[in-house]
Amino acid sequence: MDIELVKDIIIPIVKILFIVHLLIIGVMAMIWSERRVSGWMQDRLGPNRVGPQGLLQPIADGIKFLFKEDLIPNHVDKPLYVLAPAMLLVPAMITIAVVPFGSSISIAGIDEPIPLQIADINIGILYILAIASLGVYGVVIGAWASNNKYSLLGGLRSSAQMISYELTLGLAIIGVLMLTELPNEILTKFGDDEVNPLSLRHIAASQGVHPWNILIHFPAFLAFTTAMFAETNRLPFDLAEAEQELVAGYHTEYSSMKFAIFFMAEYMNMIVGSAVVVTLFLGGWHFFGLENIGGEGSILAGLISFAIFFIKTGIFLFVFIWVRWTLPRFRYDQLMNFGWKFLLPVALTSIVVTGTLWIITDGNRLWIGIGNVVAAFIVVAIVAGMFALDNNSKSSTQATHDAAPLRGLDAVE
Amino acid sequence: MTAEMILFFIFGAVSLIGAIAVISFRHPIYSALSLIVTFFAQAGLFVLLGAHFVAAVQVIVYAGAIMVLFLFVIMLLNLGTLSAKSALTGKLKGVVVVLGVLLAIQGVYIAMTAGTGTALESAQASTETVTTYKIGELLFSKYLLPFEVTSLILLAALIGVIVLVKRESQTEN
Amino acid sequence: MPLDLEYYLVLSALLFTIGVIGVLIRRNAIIIFMCIELMLNAANLAFVAISRSLGQVEGQLFVFFVMAVAAAEVAIGLAIIVSVFKHRETINVDEVNSLKG
Repeated sequence: MDIELVKDIIIPIVKILFIVHLLIIGVMAMIWSERRVSGWMQDRLGPNRVGPQGLLQPIADGIKFLFKEDLIPNHVDKPLYVLAPAMLLVPAMITIAVVPFGSSISIAGIDEPIPLQIADINIGILYILAIASLGVYGVVIGAWASNNKYSLLGGLRSSAQMISYELTLGLAIIGVLMLTELPNEILTKFGDDEVNPLSLRHIAASQGVHPWNILIHFPAFLAFTTAMFAETNRLPFDLAEAEQELVAGYHTEYSSMKFAIFFMAEYMNMIVGSAVVVTLFLGGWHFFGLENIGGEGSILAGLISFAIFFIKTGIFLFVFIWVRWTLPRFRYDQLMNFGWKFLLPVALTSIVVTGTLWIITDGNRLWIGIGNVVAAFIVVAIVAGMFALDNNSKSSTQATHDAAPLRGLDAVE
Repeated sequence: MTAEMILFFIFGAVSLIGAIAVISFRHPIYSALSLIVTFFAQAGLFVLLGAHFVAAVQVIVYAGAIMVLFLFVIMLLNLGTLSAKSALTGKLKGVVVVLGVLLAIQGVYIAMTAGTGTALESAQASTETVTTYKIGELLFSKYLLPFEVTSLILLAALIGVIVLVKRESQTEN
Repeated sequence: MPLDLEYYLVLSALLFTIGVIGVLIRRNAIIIFMCIELMLNAANLAFVAISRSLGQVEGQLFVFFVMAVAAAEVAIGLAIIVSVFKHRETINVDEVNSLKG
């Protein structure tokens, strides 16, 4: 068979199939582990009847969803109602295309090593931000098409939340981009002329040479992770669905497979988000030289690097579940205050401090790391102090009035 | 037919259909969604033109932020029930017919004169992509002043919106 | 061999015209506003196409400025629409015809 054909068509297809199936299996694994881990945290068992340890439970759930009647209520806006789940699932799925899930492997007969990544486009991280900003449409359209007050409220909350937290998501990574640099021999190995800080592959590779970004940009890491929790609509940011107040919000009117797709999209968002955090901040496929066992570029090293990435993502997914059962849900005004008054200043500070210290200390990463943490503390202290002053000067009646969000709705009803 | 041509016609057709849908749908939500489709197709055209960064910004700013605001307002005001009476009045219909005829004449004229060498044929024209680095370099050196002025415009908009909304809540009380 | 500039310019002109027609025939303020966005986008397309044809980056920079102005305009415009709606219970531009609030 023609080598060029294998290299240009067959290998990418194999990679895509592998990753997409891994994502779907990952969703099933997440459904199982979320229920089991939740059970473990609450000192109960969780599903344990279907298969060993309840491992086949997701499959049983899936079969149930498939065979349920596909009901479309009479009062909904039909085209959009059907479209909404897909609009949520597709962005969740295609983000993974630019995330590098391992170093690279060489196969006999093909001269260049094969990077373990579907596409290394030159605007990598911007692509992720762009696609992430589209996830909101599934929620908003689903909410509106349901023609239900609870759903509409969920959609309104969700759109305001996403717009607010996207800013932090974008700003928090700028410090990381500023410090991405690679020695020449790695660049030639990748076949690039100069370092491209937007490429996720370069960001990940840079953390194999320098310390992991979480050590240098700790406040930015916290801001990014929090914003990502908000983007995935997970507790403590699940105001859009909020079972207790909005009866599941935007997917109240959905049932059977459409509901299942909403659920799958949420888990897929979690998995992809974890993979992005691992790539940006937790060293990607690197683990203190372990990824080079068996020689660089060998199949063994490639598999080990993939395993390292996989385990790191898994650990981060555990954090998702952990946080869910640790923190209660925010109130709407708390959510807005937290996003605009704490996270955004912290992310902005990280840019200023990283840039300034980069010049002053001539690129000493230790000082940048310390400076970032100190500056974040100062900013948070200032904002918290201003909050305290503000609360003291306000009368209590006024405070409760301010806490009522979305006053515009009064005009409608 | 090169690959670029095929893609151009696909994206171009999608953006035109989306644009026509924007002005013909009754319901604002459908119009907004059609506009998003148009913006997407335009992002595709930007990629074809080698402007990857502009394409990404197009999706982030237009599809990701501006259109979400539109949807937010449409949902907040619950406009679906109100838009039914936005029909054309008699006088306007004449205007539309005249405009349509003008547009058709223009289209025919363009189609007839196309390919007669009015295009700017420059030796520099290339399929090369413009890197983000190059854009950033220009933005923060030669065009620093316009860049800063832009931030002032955004600040003015911010203050303007706050003033509008504040006055609103005072009259309510 | 890149595609000729005029293809892009014709597409841009068509999009712009559709935007103009939309502004003229629709009475819903939100849709009129969307048509204005459409016109701005048509101009952006022309900017980027000419920028490549001339081999310069400047055209792309202008697109950023246009986008920033568009974002500011949308924020203000939607705020105005919301407050008009609160006073008049309508956003039909034909019915909003008196200066008194």
